[in-house]
Amino acid sequence: MATPLRFRFWFRTMQGESGTAPGALSFPRLLRKGWDSSNLPSRTGTASFWFKSAQALLLAVAVCFSLGANDSSARYHDLNHRLMCTCGCSQLLGECNHVGCTESGQELAELRTDIASGMSDKDIFSAFSAKYGATVLAAPSTHGFDLVAWIAPFAVFGAALLGTILLIRRWAGIAGAKAQAAALEPPIDDPADRERKEQIRRETGSDGGF
Amino acid sequence: MAAFGSFALLIALALAAYNLLAGAFALRLIATGQPARISPERLADTARRAGIAGFLAISAAAFALIWSVFANDFSITYIMEHSNRALPGAYKFSALWSGQEGSLLLWAWLLGIYGFVLRLTHKKDVKLYAYAGTILAGIQVFFLLVLNFAAPPFALLKGAIPDDGNGLNPLLQYPEMVIHPPMLYLGYVGFSVPFCFALGALMMRYPGEKWIKVTRVWTLVTWLFLTAGIFLGMHWAYAVLGWGGYWGWDPVENASFMPWLTGTAFLHSVMMQEKKGMMKSWNVWLIFSTFLLTLLGTLLTRAGLVSSVHAFAQSSIGTWFMVFMGIVLAVCIFTFILQHSHLKSEQHMESLVSRESSFLFNNLVLLTACFVILWGTLFPILSEYVVGNKVTVGAPFYNRVAIPIGLFLLFLTGVGPLLPWRNTSLKSIRRNFVLPVVALWATVIACFAVGVNPWRNGAFSSGDFYAIVAFAVSAAVMTAILSEFLRGAGVIARQTGRNLFVATWLLTRRNTRRYGGYIIHIGVVIVVVGLAGAAFNQNQESELALNDKLIIGPYTLVQVGATQDSNDNYNSEYAMLDVYRDGKKQFQMTPEKRVYLASNQPQTMVAIHSTPEWDLYVVYEGTNPDTSQPIIKAYLNPLVGWIWAGLVILVFGTFVALVPSLTPATAALRVPATRPAPTEPALKGGL
Repeated sequence: MATPLRFRFWFRTMQGESGTAPGALSFPRLLRKGWDSSNLPSRTGTASFWFKSAQALLLAVAVCFSLGANDSSARYHDLNHRLMCTCGCSQLLGECNHVGCTESGQELAELRTDIASGMSDKDIFSAFSAKYGATVLAAPSTHGFDLVAWIAPFAVFGAALLGTILLIRRWAGIAGAKAQAAALEPPIDDPADRERKEQIRRETGSDGGF
Repeated sequence: MAAFGSFALLIALALAAYNLLAGAFALRLIATGQPARISPERLADTARRAGIAGFLAISAAAFALIWSVFANDFSITYIMEHSNRALPGAYKFSALWSGQEGSLLLWAWLLGIYGFVLRLTHKKDVKLYAYAGTILAGIQVFFLLVLNFAAPPFALLKGAIPDDGNGLNPLLQYPEMVIHPPMLYLGYVGFSVPFCFALGALMMRYPGEKWIKVTRVWTLVTWLFLTAGIFLGMHWAYAVLGWGGYWGWDPVENASFMPWLTGTAFLHSVMMQEKKGMMKSWNVWLIFSTFLLTLLGTLLTRAGLVSSVHAFAQSSIGTWFMVFMGIVLAVCIFTFILQHSHLKSEQHMESLVSRESSFLFNNLVLLTACFVILWGTLFPILSEYVVGNKVTVGAPFYNRVAIPIGLFLLFLTGVGPLLPWRNTSLKSIRRNFVLPVVALWATVIACFAVGVNPWRNGAFSSGDFYAIVAFAVSAAVMTAILSEFLRGAGVIARQTGRNLFVATWLLTRRNTRRYGGYIIHIGVVIVVVGLAGAAFNQNQESELALNDKLIIGPYTLVQVGATQDSNDNYNSEYAMLDVYRDGKKQFQMTPEKRVYLASNQPQTMVAIHSTPEWDLYVVYEGTNPDTSQPIIKAYLNPLVGWIWAGLVILVFGTFVALVPSLTPATAALRVPATRPAPTEPALKGGL
């Protein structure tokens, strides 16, 4: 399968191959539970329609993403861009262009042999790691400590996004209270006064006694 | 000349140290009002003059090094290692930044130039400039200490002096290498100036937001240099390295990209502080972080902490940078804690969906992108430290993590300007977003119609998927920006009776900052379209005997000869390829391979035929030792030209944003109290 890891993970999960504990709500179980309306909390007909539509869309997208025939040249290209050349050039194996590079030719030949022998991507990566060390993989694996590399960016982004939303909501509350208080004060009707006040704020950081 | 250069560096260090100490003492006296035997203002002025003299001393050192390169003075180790007699004149200049010591001297020299301009223009705000100049002197002291004691550029060679030098790294013998590093360094070093102003303004509790206005031009010019430097680097990598790409997520590339991201975030969020008095602490930390990231990038790549293709600049000065970063961070934290009350926001956001919040989200995404790159760059070190296992974090990681973030940022680029300040109504969202959404879906449909879809050849291609999303969002953003221009220009056209083009020009002149910003966004969209084209790259490699053909896309390459040439600097061999399209000969390409005599290093010289549709990119990989036939690798890279075109638009937009807005001229008019005042249009001149 030449599909990216993430989507292959989706696909395997949908086939029930993941290591989810029996009691846990795995993706396929969630889908099955979703389709069985008796398992779900009661909701209005419209909401149920939208919920099921969303599930159907999700399923369709997941299936589409996991579709694909084994195209060995595409797979070869995909895999040689997920491995590094070990000659020290710090380039991807498929992009190493050193004239007379002693490593890339041998690695590419091994990759072709491995693909031809029917090895899975995982087995190929394991074989390369065992022979050349973990640095031959162009990206961290999805096991052990390496998984942190993948999770951290999204976790940080999610946390920052949530924090920002909460912060703005809090600020909006403070601004609302201030606006209410300001409504009780006499307004500055003269545009010149308003402009002067704004200028003072910009230049001094205070309201100039207005 | 070596003694002169070394002496100039020592003098520069002494002057910078005086500038720092005398300046700090004078500012302390002014701040506390303590009586002193010398007037603090005069003392501060001597410090300023020492700074100017320091610039002259560093210039003398830089001149000494350039002179020595041209004089082929191989008694100086640096010259021996980075130059040779046959090196062309332009590249002798680039020897200044081709090695560790020279590039640090360039850094100090550029810092001196910035400081020189800053100190000459001190009358704009004497006290603020005195603070900024003193902090800048502190940075200069660090670089001069490194140059004098850790990486001296004038160190003499031990033993016999050779007749010729080792020559310049062949990778650097390319015209862009004469421009790219100085541009990048101007960007890196330039961020020291807004940093100094921000820290100085915080130290002296500078009232209001005027310091931002003072530093705006500095920040924008610096950002422009960094942007141009990064793009020139991309073009250099594309044209010289011969792997068909322009960005490899190498740690050195990442190091230049991180301060660009935080600097861009600062340029956006600083508008909030200027207009609304918000995000003061945030902005201060953004500029602190940007400066620290310029140092971190240098530390990462020069200390050998991470492996990089830019190995020519590695050394052991990491400890110096680490200590300096620690001092800078400590000073920043201390000053921030001490003056925190001065940074209280005057207003707060009123809605989750507003122009203000879009700035905040834009900052969030830019900083997340910066974190992702920093994380990816540092993860190999972290992994080795935690589990004792070094891993590689290369392009596949960044492509999966950074591309979605980049696309979200592009989306915000279009959405932000469409949201009104303070609050947004559903009606205004509907009014402003209809056209962009139509453009988005029309592009998706058009992509599918022309056969671009993620399920090409039966397999899902994430590259194609991202490309479609990029094209669609780009179309939406472009529509949003153009509709903003048209809306404003339409009003002016109705008011003045001018045509739409003149009205657009007037609109831009009236608010250069806003519309210059939009032009920059157009440039970014064009760049993104160019980057998205990479999803459809093709390549073919073949050994070509005489009259053999290589077919790629619509082109057929026919080998019509291979020849050799030589000069004092290198020997070269190249293939001559006639390029046919639809059976007709179009042009000839001559990809080349050189072997530089001084270093005995090979280097490819790529042949590129560029069109708006794609680049035909041909590499001569050498000859097969068994058959003596040339090996040719050809790439067809769609839309690459758009990246460079986007840069031109981006630079133009920045220039527009730097031009002061055309403000209506006002004239005082004495009006007798008994007569009614004339209406407002009569008082205002201009448009």
